[in-house]
This record gives sequence, C-alpha cells and structure tokens, in this order.
Amino acid sequence: MKNTTIFGALDPELVERVSRRGAVEQSGKMAGALAIASMPVAFGLLAKSAFAQGTTLPANIITVLNFALTLEYLEDDFYQMGLDSGVIPAGDLGIFTPISTHEAAHVALLTSTIMTGGGTPALKPTFDFTAGGIVPDPFTDYPTFQALSQGFEDTGVRAYKGQAGALMSNDSILTVALQIHSVEARHASAVRRLRGEKGWITGNANTLPAQFAAIYAGEEAGAGVTTPASGEAFDEPLTMDQVNAIAAPFIVA
Amino acid sequence: MPTRSNQGEAELNFLDRLARTTGRRTFLHWAGLTIGVVALGCGDDDDDGGTGPGTDVNLGTGDTGVLNYAYALEQLEAAFYTQVVASFYAGAPAAEQTMLTDIRNHEVIHRDFFKAALGAAAIADLTVTFASVNLADRTSVLSAARTFEDLGVSAYNGAGQLLTVPANLVTAGRIVSVEARHAAAIRDLITADSFAGSDVINAQGLDVVRTPTAVLQAADPFITTTINASGLPTA
Repeated sequence: MKNTTIFGALDPELVERVSRRGAVEQSGKMAGALAIASMPVAFGLLAKSAFAQGTTLPANIITVLNFALTLEYLEDDFYQMGLDSGVIPAGDLGIFTPISTHEAAHVALLTSTIMTGGGTPALKPTFDFTAGGIVPDPFTDYPTFQALSQGFEDTGVRAYKGQAGALMSNDSILTVALQIHSVEARHASAVRRLRGEKGWITGNANTLPAQFAAIYAGEEAGAGVTTPASGEAFDEPLTMDQVNAIAAPFIVA
Repeated sequence: MPTRSNQGEAELNFLDRLARTTGRRTFLHWAGLTIGVVALGCGDDDDDGGTGPGTDVNLGTGDTGVLNYAYALEQLEAAFYTQVVASFYAGAPAAEQTMLTDIRNHEVIHRDFFKAALGAAAIADLTVTFASVNLADRTSVLSAARTFEDLGVSAYNGAGQLLTVPANLVTAGRIVSVEARHAAAIRDLITADSFAGSDVINAQGLDVVRTPTAVLQAADPFITTTINASGLPTA
C-alpha cells in the first residue's frame, strides 16, 4: 500500500467550500436531487466543480450511470409489482415498502443525474420476473418473491461496488454511488434475515435456485479472506459483464 | 447520540460560528489541530495492550491517512464488540449473541486487515473507553452498536472520494457494505423494520455521508488517544 499524492493543501479548497454560501444552490442546480438530500451533512464534501451545471459527464460515467439505472429499473418494477400484487403479507410491508420507495428514488436520481450530465437515460426494459420460467411467478409465490428480492439486492451491492473505480474522476457521482451502495446493503441484510439467513454472506453460499449461483460466485475470495468469518467480513465486487449476465434472464427486451 | 440531521446541523452551525468569529487563518489553524480529547482514566479497555493515554497518533496523509482513519474506526468497533461479547447483557437471546459474535469477528478481521495492509504506516493501538455505555443493558449496548455502525457507514461513504488509488477504494467498498449489513441488523433489533429508516436514508434514497472531521467528533467520546487528522485529504 503506497502513500500517494498528498492532497493536504487544506487552504484554498477548504475555506472555499466551508464559506461558500452558494454551494447549496449550486448543487441543487447541478444534480437535481443529488445533493439536496445530503445537506447539510454533505456540505463539506461537495466536489469542486467537476459536475457543475452545463458540465458534460464523460461517456464512461454515463455508461456506468445507465448500467446502474437499468438495475434500479429492475428493482423498482419488481417491488412495485410485488406491492401491487398483494403477494406480500401485511406483516412484511414494513420491509418491502421502504425498499420500494428507495428503488424508485434511485431511478429518479440516476435519471436526473444522467440528463444533467448531458447523457440520455436508458429506457426501461421489459422484465420477466420468472426469468423465462426458471422460477415461479414471484407475484403469486411469496417465497420466490423473497428469494428474488435477496438476489437483486445482493447483486446490486456487488454491482455498485464493481463500478466505484470507474467513478473516481468525479467525487460527487462517486459519493452518490456509494450512498446508494450502502442502502442496497441495508436492504440485502433485511431481506436475508427475513428469509432466515444471516444479514451477511458466508462464503459463496447461494440459497436461491441453483441457476442464480453467479450472484454469489467469488464472494468467498478476496484480499484478507481466509476463513468463513473473513468471507463474511468482506463483500466482493462484480464486473459489469458479470452483473449483466445475472440480470439477462429477467430482461425480455 | 445525535441524529443525522442534528449532527449535520450542529457541525454546520459550528463551522458558521467559526467562519464568522475567526479569520481565515485562524480557522485553518483550527482545522489543522488535532481532534483532541481529554484523557480519561481507562483501565482495561485496550485489549491489545497498546499505547497508553496521552500518546498522540497521526493518521498521516494521502491514501495512507484515509486508511489509518478507517483503521482507527475499526479499532473502535472491534474493541467495543469484544467487550460486548466477553460479557453479554443479561438475558441476551442466543440469536442476538450469535449476531453480535459474528459482528465482533468481522470487526476484528477488518481491524487486523488494515493493520497488516498499512504495515509500518499503521497508527498505534488506540485507547478507547466505553464508560458511557452500560454493557449490562441491552438497550445501551444496541444503541451504541447502532451508533458505531451507522457512523462507520457514513465514514466510509465520505472517505471514498478522498482515496486516489483504485484498489484502496475497492477495499473500502468491500468493507462498507458489510458495515451497512451490520447497521441494518442492529437497527432491526432495536426497532422492527428500521434497517433503512428515514433517519439515515433521505428522500433520494441515499445513505448518510460524513466528513472525517464530523466522524471523529462523533467518535471522540469513545477514543481516549488524541488523533491528529490534520494530514487527511479534504477532496
């Protein structure tokens, strides 16, 4: 591990950001919902002007945001359909209602961020939540609904984690992605425990139908992972291709 | 414990006051000061037998500084759960003991991972105190655990942008989601279905972000060692 560039020049940046009263409105303009909600906590974290109004985001970042948007579309549709179907028992609405709300918010946030950054938001695909008949209809079969929910959340965690590096050139976007990432992990923890599992992933254990083993493939590896406990202590990233392959059976067109 | 919003507002108000009442140079001087604490009498808290109270640690600069910052938080968490597990609160159900033991194991692994990764650059062992926590009381223990986990999540979320080496960002990412899993589990033990409550997740569906300054202020009552964070990157 290397000690890299010393960013330590506190002086101009810190003072500018702390004292600049316009930071709030500026952030409100630039990323829509992006920064407003994190105020005032994120006040000191606003990026310089990497994503100021009128700034076009680089294509690679738009690509990552559209990748994330597609996953959020999938989750948002899934939970909305689940809530509409009545498959969720009243006692579990306290779990799935807020999750649905968050996924809808992520869709809106990513869409506005892409548009503000000069990109074109991906269109919402048509989904098949039986994955071509691999699993029963989750909107009539509650165990399947729970299992898919866990799978989507655990995949989402790995997906965002895998893209963090690609967002390093833009502090604002990276931070938002991290803020979504930890929310997905909270969701995953709750749904896993609802299913009688630990909130964390042990090794590469897959308790979903065998076809979904790719969701957990490689979770048992990684730096610092040598024991079952250390396998739980670290979540591992997935590449965009790996995530797309997991999502593909649910995407009709 | 402060809620997310009042923590943020308190910080902002504090900074506002500073900005008004001090000149730029004075403020910068403050920003460079240590996040200091008054050394408390602290007997058996330091499970590693490391440095004693009064020995400052300097987190350092650049990515190393950020990783030392994470290492400091992991030391705090590991020490906390080690004490919790060593003497569970009365009547702790088996499932809660298992969960807290798992979390203890994870935090110890995180701590040891950072220590090994940082090598010679690692800060010394911190002296910590949980005098404000009643370890015999479930509510007190779980409330402290929730604070530590939510704080940890917000710390990693804020630290990501401070890192410059992609591998370090991945490392932070591999840990923060586990902290978020912990936070959700602990929160649900306190209040059903509060795993992603509106006190931590805003209307945009985003989790909390805190600067190192805010995090170290929040952690300050639990850390006896004086931590010098003045070298940390700010963007």
